Amino acid sequence: MSGPNTQYDPVEVTPLHAEALERTRDEALSAFTEAADLAALQAAKVTHLGEKSPIALANREIGALPPSARKEAGQRIGTARKAINDAFAERLVVLEAEHEERMLATERVDVTLPWHTPELGARHPLSLISEQVADVFTALGWDVAEGPEIEAEWLNFDALNFQPDHPARQMQDTFFVEPAGSGKVLRTHTSPVQARSMLTRKPPIYVICPGRVFRTDELDATHTPVFYQVEGLVVDEGITLAHLKGTLDHFVVSMFGEGLEARLRPNFFPFTEPSAEVDLKCFVCRGASVGNPDRPCRTCGSEGWIEWGGCGVVNPRVLRACGIDTDRYSGFAFGMGLERTLMFRNGVEDMRDMVEGDVRFSRQFGMEI
Amino acid sequence: MRVPLSWLREYVELPADVTGRSLGEQLVRAGLEVETVEESELTGPLVVGKVLTYENEPQKNGKTIRWCSLDIGKDEPQWVVCGAHNFEVGDLVVVVLPGAVLPGGFAISARKTYGHVSNGMICSSTELGLGDDGTDGIVVLEPGEGTPGDDAIKLLSLTDDVLDIAVTPDRGYCLSIRGVAREAATAYGLPLKDPAALTLTGSGDGGYPVRVDDATACTAFVTRTVTGIDAKALSPRWLQKRLLAAGMRPISIGVDVTNYVMLELGQPIHGYDKSRLSGDIVVRRATSGEKLVTLDDQTRELDAEDLLITDDSGPIGIAGVMGGASTEISGSTTDVVIEAAHFDPIVIARSSRRHKLSSEASRRFEREVDPQLPRYAAQRVADLLAELAGGTILADETVADTHPLPQPVVIRGDHPARVSGAPIAVDDAMEFLKAVGCKVEPAADDAVASPLAVGVKASSLDYESSNSCDVLTGSRLWAVTPPSWRPDLRDPNDFAEEVIRLFGFDNVPSVLPSAPGGQGLTVSQRRRRRVATALVGAGLTEVVSYPFTGDADFDAMGLPADDDRRATVKLANPISDEEPSMQTTLLSTLLRTAERNVGRGQTDLAVFQTSLVFKPKAETKAAPLLAVEARPSDSDVQSLYDALPDQPLHVGVVLTGALTPTGWWGKGRPAGWSDAVQIARLIASVVGVEPTVKNVELAPWHPGRCAEFSVDGKVVGHAGELHPKVCQAFGLPSRSSAVELDLDALIVAGPETVTAVPFSSYPVAKEDVALILAADVAAADVQAALTEGAGELLESIRLFDLYTGEQIGEGKKSLAFALRFRAADRTLKDTEVAEARQAAVQVAVERFGAVQRVG
Repeated sequence: MSGPNTQYDPVEVTPLHAEALERTRDEALSAFTEAADLAALQAAKVTHLGEKSPIALANREIGALPPSARKEAGQRIGTARKAINDAFAERLVVLEAEHEERMLATERVDVTLPWHTPELGARHPLSLISEQVADVFTALGWDVAEGPEIEAEWLNFDALNFQPDHPARQMQDTFFVEPAGSGKVLRTHTSPVQARSMLTRKPPIYVICPGRVFRTDELDATHTPVFYQVEGLVVDEGITLAHLKGTLDHFVVSMFGEGLEARLRPNFFPFTEPSAEVDLKCFVCRGASVGNPDRPCRTCGSEGWIEWGGCGVVNPRVLRACGIDTDRYSGFAFGMGLERTLMFRNGVEDMRDMVEGDVRFSRQFGMEI
Repeated sequence: MRVPLSWLREYVELPADVTGRSLGEQLVRAGLEVETVEESELTGPLVVGKVLTYENEPQKNGKTIRWCSLDIGKDEPQWVVCGAHNFEVGDLVVVVLPGAVLPGGFAISARKTYGHVSNGMICSSTELGLGDDGTDGIVVLEPGEGTPGDDAIKLLSLTDDVLDIAVTPDRGYCLSIRGVAREAATAYGLPLKDPAALTLTGSGDGGYPVRVDDATACTAFVTRTVTGIDAKALSPRWLQKRLLAAGMRPISIGVDVTNYVMLELGQPIHGYDKSRLSGDIVVRRATSGEKLVTLDDQTRELDAEDLLITDDSGPIGIAGVMGGASTEISGSTTDVVIEAAHFDPIVIARSSRRHKLSSEASRRFEREVDPQLPRYAAQRVADLLAELAGGTILADETVADTHPLPQPVVIRGDHPARVSGAPIAVDDAMEFLKAVGCKVEPAADDAVASPLAVGVKASSLDYESSNSCDVLTGSRLWAVTPPSWRPDLRDPNDFAEEVIRLFGFDNVPSVLPSAPGGQGLTVSQRRRRRVATALVGAGLTEVVSYPFTGDADFDAMGLPADDDRRATVKLANPISDEEPSMQTTLLSTLLRTAERNVGRGQTDLAVFQTSLVFKPKAETKAAPLLAVEARPSDSDVQSLYDALPDQPLHVGVVLTGALTPTGWWGKGRPAGWSDAVQIARLIASVVGVEPTVKNVELAPWHPGRCAEFSVDGKVVGHAGELHPKVCQAFGLPSRSSAVELDLDALIVAGPETVTAVPFSSYPVAKEDVALILAADVAAADVQAALTEGAGELLESIRLFDLYTGEQIGEGKKSLAFALRFRAADRTLKDTEVAEARQAAVQVAVERFGAVQRVG
């Protein structure tokens, strides 16, 4: 912008006439409106707002006016210039928006196309369910205990009140470690972790132990020589069968839904006394299928209850062998098979699917069961 | 134990509407494992028929059928076709008529067969659901057993429900109808008519001479003698039927009666042909080298631990397991010596296992038989032989009985309430114990409670707030003597269980105990989960495999003969003789899993598994079988742990085929050695460990493409491309790769806590360095040298280019690194940066003869 021109001092200058300014303004406004794109707008800007534009020239003429007239002319020009600037800015926003819209439209892609980075893999459902069980119990303040898979026979059997020649010991179809008399077995249940927990911890003991166990069964649709169990153990003052029931009820609700419960049926295990089998109320029919041939339930075989595992009050002989003061403490324990749980909970029909390591089996689950 | 309902009803007057199913439910509640209830599907008409005539008619298929007319109590004879030939005119048979349904759902109608219209059929034992009676023909009734037209269903009690009960090891007494009847009587609150309540007619001495040399293993031995039996006599139908329903085949009257009494009372019985015995019966242990031909015609080499029944001829039976062939009852037997004895359960269990011979007798003795039964059982057998086989019972009896009487256990009256947490009143508890057969008396004033009553000193108990259980009366002591048939009742809790099961497990309240507060997952448990999550995020799928392996796997992996992974822990009884070992490397089984997947068409595979591996210790020790009467000493416990092999948790990965497929974005990329190495690095960084990596040669990897990972100088695993031969041996695509890391070792090496370091907000200075080096210099070493030389101003260093080619000459390579420098407290001057860069290069020059590449 140029400064006042002192050599030039006309009293009256045409471009500063109100009509002339209005014309200049209107021409600029219509030029901006007519500009169809940003390039045209830019060109119109040079014409109507550039250094050689009428409004710029008019501004320069102000210096030629007598000082008394300058103020009024200045205001007039200012008003006109503001109108032109505003019109430009307004049009610029519109055209830029139009331009962006066009550009984005041309960049449209098919978002359904596949891409080459690896898709999410999957956990094995046995791992997922182990972790879920562990989470249920850590939320109750329990610890997750672990132990080795090749285990001392004493911990797997003797400490748990399986006497050497008792039929119960034969029922377990044990893998023995060579040589004969090694005193080592593949653990037949997760219960030796109970013994380990009691040998190493002081009561109160609240532990949950998911783990892999072994029995000499041939693999078929419902058996596998290698399978997973979860075992729970509590040793504390005043622990009763009622606490076992309360814990199992909570476990059932956590795994299968509100309103369900566990049922105990008396049974025999060497390491618990009293002992019971655990049934859970069928989470599908909730008992509605019992005696109701019109509504058969595949999950529970219309029994209303599903066999789930074993449990009981820890046999004081076990407490004694593991150094727990039986005068002061009592305990309970429970255990169930995780494959079996997946079979009825998630509809897995064939045990072999669970143990063969076919990726298609894991992939159905992803990260969730 | 198969229990026919009709047999049970003989000892308990169950209400008429009790079915096998409803009884089963009651018994389950009482703690018996009722596996199945067989309900008869039989519906009539089923009648007794008398054979009037028959015609043998040979058929084209080689069979001869009989066209029979039968008197079934109607005006006209019934005409049927029959394929069996074991009957004559005048015999009484069982005829099923059109409209009936036989077991198995077989509906009977009049049908055309072999050129006749057969109006029903004559039934065999199997067809009636009674099991195979061994006659290979139809059932022929005894003369006078019925008259033509009688309802055969009623006559033969054919619509019987049969419960199959899996008897748990503590309930040996339920391996008898007597025992199950006792449970049924208790469940329904009815009296038991005890079949063992017999009048003993023996004199107590003068029977067949017996000497018990091992009175610990044999605490009772009773004999009775019955003379003049008709061994050819058939067992009566009712007896045969019960044996069949219980799952045993009728053989001969002598054998059937002993089996019958065993089923009825639970006492195994052995019968000897008296004429084949020579001299005294002696019960003793075997001497080595002795042999016995058992009833199943097997010759058994006897062990010095076996308890034997012998006579002058040598062994005549393995006590409680199986008798010998030489003295068995046969069709010509007239005089029978009945043995009813009590043997130590462990001795019998061992013999049974040693000879792989599980018999009806051994199953019962192993679970312990009521020690007071032998005299009664022998009497029962004698009575039946006299009644059914025309024998004469000799009054002379041998009774060698040293079995101790059951001793009382002293318990607090509230013990069952304390164990259950349910308000079981003391009076009720004692009544329940009486129902079980216990003798219950208030304990003497100076009596002391028996040990192993848990929690008597525990501070709080919920049930005490209940009115129905008074604390004062609860603490009174009671002397409870178990019945002879419950040797399993030894400890206070055993009695508590009896009370609670009769009180009803369903009536015990449900109370969630409050744990004192845990610490959540351990560091190791958390890190394992994160590794798995990270691997899944990287696209890997978790699989499982069995830990069993063998030489074939090691050979396929190309492990050298002296590789320490071939030193394994072996199983004495593996599933497969080909895989006797526990895996020492996760890959030996994971590669098989990969093979199976590839074989099933999943050729682009990225799988992982975490699993223990089993590393034998240099010195193998046996794990001792410690005593259980008290906690073993710490050193004894340690000796158990020390005897076990090391069992670290490993993580294994196998990658095959394409990592990224070919697609619209361009060409795909196969998974290769670098992906495997990168996954190993990923695992390490998840647990916060920065491993050292270097090239090594190790099977099953490609000798030039195997990375060894170590932390603090300790090798923690390997990653890289598999050897081509290994890919071939496992049927994997070429250039498959694998990782195996000791996850436990990595996790232990991870940081306990991560300490935050402040970072600078001053500008960064970037410098690139390109070095020409010998081709065999490891990039990691060069980077380490540059890092060392650059000093503390170096913020990061990254290799961004690798070049080999003519420009730099053969046997050389060029590595280009991007270095970033920054100071914590100032903007670096150009000269400082140039000096640091030069210092970095200098170390690489000195260490590897590197030459800076310019331009």
